[in-house]
Amino acid sequence: MSQYAIEMIDVDKWFADFQALKRINLTVAPGERVVVCGPSGSGKSTVVRCINQLEQHQSGTIRVNGVDVGSEAGATAAVRAEVGMVFQQFNLFPHLSVMQNLTLGPMKARGLSRADAEERARKYLDRVRIPEQADKRPGQLSGGQQQRVAIARSLCMEPKVLLFDEPTSALDPEMISEVLDVMVELAEEGMTMVVVTHEMGFARKVADKMVFMDDGEIVEHGPPQQFFEAPKSRRCQKFLSQILQH
Amino acid sequence: MIRIAVLFSMLVLVTGCSSSATWGWYVINPMTPQGWVNVRFLINGMGNTILISVIAAVISICLGLVVALPALAERRWLRIINRIYVEFVRSIPLLPMLFWVFYGLPIIFKSMGLNIPIEPFWGAIITLAISDSAFTAEIFRGGIQSIARGQTEAAQTVGLNYFQTMRYVIMPQAIRRILPPLANQFIYIVKMSAFASVIGMQELTRRANELVVTEYRPLEIYSLLIVEYLVLVLIISAGVRWLERRMGSDERGR
Ligand SMILES: Nc1ncnc2c1ncn2[C@@H]1O[C@H](COP(=O)(O)OP(=O)(O)O)[C@@H](O)[C@H]1O
Ligand SMILES: [Mg+2]
Repeated sequence: MSQYAIEMIDVDKWFADFQALKRINLTVAPGERVVVCGPSGSGKSTVVRCINQLEQHQSGTIRVNGVDVGSEAGATAAVRAEVGMVFQQFNLFPHLSVMQNLTLGPMKARGLSRADAEERARKYLDRVRIPEQADKRPGQLSGGQQQRVAIARSLCMEPKVLLFDEPTSALDPEMISEVLDVMVELAEEGMTMVVVTHEMGFARKVADKMVFMDDGEIVEHGPPQQFFEAPKSRRCQKFLSQILQH
Repeated sequence: MIRIAVLFSMLVLVTGCSSSATWGWYVINPMTPQGWVNVRFLINGMGNTILISVIAAVISICLGLVVALPALAERRWLRIINRIYVEFVRSIPLLPMLFWVFYGLPIIFKSMGLNIPIEPFWGAIITLAISDSAFTAEIFRGGIQSIARGQTEAAQTVGLNYFQTMRYVIMPQAIRRILPPLANQFIYIVKMSAFASVIGMQELTRRANELVVTEYRPLEIYSLLIVEYLVLVLIISAGVRWLERRMGSDERGR
């Protein structure tokens, strides 16, 4: 058994002949919170999507809780069972109620009874502070509420790791904090998290490790203190000065 | 009830044709005994036209779905199989395909040592179903592809496998976009079922042809035939519009 929740070793990823990831090395310990930032197109989404195999890497090794994700048939399913994901565009199921969105995975993939799945769903809807919206359709909720439902949907699978891909980028500014608050709480409860975000306030508050990507590479990584106060590379300095201006 | 409907449609057609030398409505005048016998003979073809169309449509939908799924796969060769089927089937005119199935297929069966006669009924259904399946496959493919990729990914991240993803996430959403064009496609089948008459299937067109041979009144009889199809198609169209409204309001209501 590996000591890491996530381990990426020399991972390369091509889209046709475009190399999106170059020799990515990244480890995430259980309970660790990693925040990934970098300019648009730098490969942040691709890193996260390779971890749960929404994208397949071409070389290198990715292990989740010691299981090599690309190794054999069934490994992908096993990994996805332990890794939850929250998308920028929420990706809720629009034809299902909030409650059904939350119970679908536990009932169909985990074989929970409806009663158990609903009980679990209520617990996590409470956790993201929208217990009263269970019977609504996603389209009837605000963006912030939808993203919190999406977080609850991931939590219902009781994952060991949660991945976030710019969870607040599609939200109106006044709704960003309600989502970040929920994420901070999760972090405080000890959830292992990999968060792609440009919310540097959030990063300072919860990150154990900062990762800066540019052009498919991890250019810089380290504890937030050092990362924000004394970034080593020019590219990272430039990026931080731009993003911290507003 | 039927008598009145027929009389009414005749009136519509007669308006504007004053010359009585041209028209001889007596042949299908439901108020005369022989006319009523003729009309009943014609309308009795309706049952088979509907039966053939419905069975062909059901088969076409199942076949279309099976053909559409490989088009959505990652693997290239699966998508190529779909393309070949769709392009090939779509390019065969219905009548030659009907002849091939009805006259040619039994010979293939015989050469394989099988004694399967193809009756007009099943010959027509097989041909209509296969010919239509290329179009249903395209409707399914379009409908399913219009559901954002994010939906599949979200389903996968909550642990659903391929079939669960299709069954619980993609299909319920795609069906709203698929059903109206699919129902429209049914109109195509109903109209094309007229070709079954040439292999001896007793449906609307065949009945009209036979009556024309004995009564020698093609103008009146084919006019009624057209009205019969018109009524059928109008009923289906009304159904399609009702479906579209229901699907549309569902979408807005969410
Ligand atoms: N499915 C894809 N096909 C081709 N190129 C892609 C695909 N997904 C991402 N890319 C490319 O890979 C690079 C990294 O993308 P991404 O990981 O989405 O960046 P980020 O999330 O940092 O904005 C970009 O140049 C993007 O255009
Ligand atoms: Mg991205």
